[in-house]
Amino acid sequence: MALKIEQDLNRFKQIVRGRIKKNLRKYITHGELIGRRGKDLISIPIPQIDLPRFVYGPNQTGGVGQGEGEIGQPVGAGEPEEGSGKAGDAPGEHILEVEVPLDELAKILGEELELPDIKHKGRKQIISEKDKYSGVATAGPESLRHFKRTYKEALKRQIASGTYDPMSPRIVPIRRDRRYRTWRVQREPETNAVIVYMMDVSGSMGDEQKEIVRLESFWIDTWLRSQYKGLEVRYIIHDAEARLVDQETFYHTRESGGTVISSAYRLCDKLVRDEFPPEEWNVYLFHFSDGDNWSQGDTEECVRILREALLPATNQYCYGQVESPYGTGQFLQDLREAFAEDERVALSQIEGKDAIYASIKEFLGRGR
Amino acid sequence: MNLPAHLDRLRREIRGYAIDYGLDFFEVIFEVLDYDRMNEVAAYGGYPTRYPHWRFGMEYEHLSKSYAHGLHKIYEMVINNNPCYAYLLEENAPVDQKIVMAHVYGHSDFFKNNVSFSKTNRKMVDEMANHAARIRRFMEKYTVEAVEDFIDACLSLEGLIDPHSPFIVRERTRDDGNAEEEETAPRRLRSKDYMSNFINPPSFLEEQQKKLDEERHRAKRFPEEAVRDVLKFLLEHAPLESWQSEVLNIIREEAYYFAPQGQTKIMNEGWATYWHSKIMTEKALTDAEVIDYADHHSGTVASHSGRLNPYKLGLELYKDIEDRWNKGKFGKEYDECEDSRARREWDRRLGLGREKIFEVRRLHNDVTFIDAFLTEEFAVTHRYFTYQYNKKANQQQIASRDFKSIKAQLLFQLTNHGQPFIFVTDANYRNRGELFLMHRHEGMDLKIDWARETLRNVQRIWHRPVHLQTLAENRGRVLSFDGKDHSEADSADVASADAASR
Repeated sequence: MALKIEQDLNRFKQIVRGRIKKNLRKYITHGELIGRRGKDLISIPIPQIDLPRFVYGPNQTGGVGQGEGEIGQPVGAGEPEEGSGKAGDAPGEHILEVEVPLDELAKILGEELELPDIKHKGRKQIISEKDKYSGVATAGPESLRHFKRTYKEALKRQIASGTYDPMSPRIVPIRRDRRYRTWRVQREPETNAVIVYMMDVSGSMGDEQKEIVRLESFWIDTWLRSQYKGLEVRYIIHDAEARLVDQETFYHTRESGGTVISSAYRLCDKLVRDEFPPEEWNVYLFHFSDGDNWSQGDTEECVRILREALLPATNQYCYGQVESPYGTGQFLQDLREAFAEDERVALSQIEGKDAIYASIKEFLGRGR
Repeated sequence: MNLPAHLDRLRREIRGYAIDYGLDFFEVIFEVLDYDRMNEVAAYGGYPTRYPHWRFGMEYEHLSKSYAHGLHKIYEMVINNNPCYAYLLEENAPVDQKIVMAHVYGHSDFFKNNVSFSKTNRKMVDEMANHAARIRRFMEKYTVEAVEDFIDACLSLEGLIDPHSPFIVRERTRDDGNAEEEETAPRRLRSKDYMSNFINPPSFLEEQQKKLDEERHRAKRFPEEAVRDVLKFLLEHAPLESWQSEVLNIIREEAYYFAPQGQTKIMNEGWATYWHSKIMTEKALTDAEVIDYADHHSGTVASHSGRLNPYKLGLELYKDIEDRWNKGKFGKEYDECEDSRARREWDRRLGLGREKIFEVRRLHNDVTFIDAFLTEEFAVTHRYFTYQYNKKANQQQIASRDFKSIKAQLLFQLTNHGQPFIFVTDANYRNRGELFLMHRHEGMDLKIDWARETLRNVQRIWHRPVHLQTLAENRGRVLSFDGKDHSEADSADVASADAASR
């Protein structure tokens, strides 16, 4: 049964969406959302959706209770749950938690950052077949009659035959005007994509830097997931050597060794070639480091691998340089010089959490 | 709307018991709902039709979520109307349905007889539907957003009414204003010229002149006296478009309709609980249902984490009153008796208890109920205490078991439904048509950030700048909002600046 409340519920959801949009920059920066993730839903605390009123400040009023206990003994927090419920009339101190589908969140992200939809690479794609009522035919069951098209046909005929009078615009369809909806089999490309995250975990990358990577990759994931049906994610960490790891390890490993970036690029190249051939996959590469590399020679090696192997295979390669007190930040400079005009390369310098917003826009703003 | 046969049989049975006990209720129309519909109706406060507004959607979302997670279940819902409407949850066991029905007849009796409800609209179901129709019409004409937005502002102020005003009859006499000729200069005592400065010292005259000026100024002030019903004041004096006036009027009318429920929560729930337990344990319960009944009832009267449960407090107080009036434990002789054993065993076998609680349910509200009947013995027996927030420990702690503080605290939190008192004191502040509100501070500060946001809504209705005088952290403050910016000043500064500008 349809509920009357539906309209009010939708209105409420619309308002919530507005609030999220307004606060998106804050959410992106503070990362309060991650960790609240369910499978497809995320629970978001919305401040002050309650109507403000003149009320007493918190923890001033005290109250009366019942039961045993000495003076000074704590009284359990939490409002009394009443045996019989009542539509709530108490303006609470609570912050409202709303559940938002990740898809919806991605849409909000896209609108707010003005991200273009991604143009999938036109390579070999997995195709699925689907019936869709998108056609029109001159015969069909009455239940599928297409009223608008039928009247259009009738209007055309009447104008052509000169029986249409604009002063008395009466249109009477006859048998052969009738149009019916019909389905067509649609071959929908089901595109797949893979994200490879690479991160420097050498000693100079601190917790703060990793937190930035974690936040940024959450939003990148969320966006790309909304653009592709199948999305795979792989993680590579490196110091002097590179390893393929799971997500947990990715964010929590800290090594003390030096940094050889090319090790990661080489491993990435092998991974993509073996598992995600670019003819079938949209490949996204993200690399985060503080910009220090072992030697200028290795940087040249990185540029070579990128140019010859990785860039041809990828939709976009993104490098995010997370500023740290120890890094020289040279790597970004070198990439800038090497790939100044290359559409496939997006570079961004992330000074702190506040820069994440702009960085995401830089990475995803090209719709590749 | 037809009750299924087995429930209707139960209804007739319970209704019969209620009548036998002397309950005098509006007829009750029961409706059976599945939980989805129940949550919907509950979100609308029990009314089949309400005006459209997002907060009902929010409430629904909240209710259906917490129902899904097993956090709560709505057993009973009844609305003050003639006839009363009440809802039964489809999935409930028959014993639950019986309890709910008995409980509901208690509420219906209370609605019909308690004096606080005597001025409420008993056709509120229809009225609510009218409100809905009117607001829908405005939405069609002025867009959903504009109307809803304005409703938000009104709702934010819905507590600013005077719940006692329906009972106050003010008779104004015509000649009120010009009964006496206005005095413009202080009266001098007659004296010989050379004595004049002694008999009428200039400093005294000056002081008198000041007082007179002040009085004349007050008389010119608008409003002349502080106004408690802020909504009414806004309705009469704010520059509202006609649809806005209508919306504000609707919100105010509903606020007045709901006010008595806020003023009698303990009494009303206590009364309904008293009667469901009476009817069930003495009449309606079958042997097989005893355990389920006990489980349900103890859930109703349980106090969680030591907090006060209005169902339980109300129930216990009625039982205590009944017992005292049965035994004659009242009046001068009893009050003056100091022998504690004699007091305990006091029994004059008067049997006036039942009659007394019916009288109490007719005449009192929560404040007078507690004030008149909460005795020290009762507070000790039922282990009441007060608690306070301890800043250091960051928790609420038991503060006292002293009877006087318990009573004072209870009365305080029941007064004005635990809401701060706000008055309009000046509608032509600074002689610029600005609105000045005053919070009467009674020991507790306002939540300042909310007060600012609320002030913003006052401004949206008043259009000119608005101000609120309050006390926070022992400092007099005036919060202001001019339509664009918030500002704040010490109220001492404001007062002197104000005096200077006059």
